[in-house]
Amino acid sequence: MGNGRETEVMRALQEVKDPEIPAVSILELGMVNQATVTGHHVRVEVTPTFVGCPALDWIHGQIVEHLKKIPGIEEVEVVFVIDPPWTSDRITLEGRRKLESFGIAPPPKTEDPDPLNTVPRCPYCGADQGEVKNLFGPTACRSIYYCKHCRQPFEGMKAV
Amino acid sequence: MQVKHAEQAQTNPRYKAAVRDLLLQLADDELCIGHRDSEWLGLAPDIEEDVAFSSIAQDEVGHAAFYLNLLRDLDGEDPDAAAFFRKSRDRRNAVLAERLNGDWAETIVRRYFYDVFDEIRTEALRESSYVPLARGVAKIRREERYHLMHFQLWFTRLSAAGGEARERMNRAVEGLWPEVKGCFSLGGWERQLVASAVISLDSNEMERRWLNRMKPVFAQAGLQWPGPLPMVNQDGRCGAHSSHLEELLQTMGEVVRQDPAARW
Repeated sequence: MGNGRETEVMRALQEVKDPEIPAVSILELGMVNQATVTGHHVRVEVTPTFVGCPALDWIHGQIVEHLKKIPGIEEVEVVFVIDPPWTSDRITLEGRRKLESFGIAPPPKTEDPDPLNTVPRCPYCGADQGEVKNLFGPTACRSIYYCKHCRQPFEGMKAV
Repeated sequence: MQVKHAEQAQTNPRYKAAVRDLLLQLADDELCIGHRDSEWLGLAPDIEEDVAFSSIAQDEVGHAAFYLNLLRDLDGEDPDAAAFFRKSRDRRNAVLAERLNGDWAETIVRRYFYDVFDEIRTEALRESSYVPLARGVAKIRREERYHLMHFQLWFTRLSAAGGEARERMNRAVEGLWPEVKGCFSLGGWERQLVASAVISLDSNEMERRWLNRMKPVFAQAGLQWPGPLPMVNQDGRCGAHSSHLEELLQTMGEVVRQDPAARW
């Protein structure tokens, strides 16, 4: 396998976005453990952000669709694994930046003590005097906060 | 001894049977409680709880699906069929998990009781000799932490509020107490499960730890301590269930029975 082919695979995976957060790719979210090309076959090992994430079928389909566009790739195998487990610390710096610009606060570090008392800075105004509105949000991986400075609710990724 | 994958477990029939039974206990608990959580959709006391309960329900049903997938790897059982079409006598959940939600206090008390138990149980599975289970549990615990935090907050807040809230909390505790012991049961395969280190704690030790965790929380919340846990009438881990489970299974399987080929 040449390096060129692997670069193409990574470029294609960069096009696979989180269906709920289309600004961020599955690579930037740290969901791809590895991708191995053998001849015309590529095997992608993906780790779900949450065990019960309902987007996995969709993500599977997107990976197959994008990788099959690469000349010479005929078979795409997508395997979901939970070892090593996904943690929010796996989100790349670029991913964190994109999340924030999309209006979702990147997760606090997982070693931070208590999610009930850890509020990320507001992605809209940058202030850090917010409060936890709800540990649970519109998707499994998000919480809801309220910014007392710009008086808006905002979402943030959970530290898991 | 470490059993690294399903094929290795299949070579030892007793080990396999014990793991199978435990996977059903885990899956059925999470599926029942997740279904009950989903019943609050649109009815919870505020919109935050509507969101929270939907999210938690999704997590729990996801965990049930994970355990049922391990079961498929072990003996080829179809996860959807296992979830929807198994008879109640073949279900291994604790009766506590199948009960109707009751009022908000009862929902919170049941949820908190269950989550403390589940924390103790998953802790006892972290070093499980069945490696695929140990790995999944490591991930699941990171998610469950949020549920436990949420219900502990509600449990202490409602109790500390006094008045009708505490009255209802005391009533809920009294109503649920007779079912708690059923959670710790490990069913017919307990000796095998403990001896082969699939789980590191037996039912007595899980119960002891649960009581030790719960006592100071009761004291802090100002709730009456109901005394030792009574023996249960029905051991869900051995397939004995209340009529609530039958009703739950009817509701849960309504769509799939109307159109078995439906996809959504």
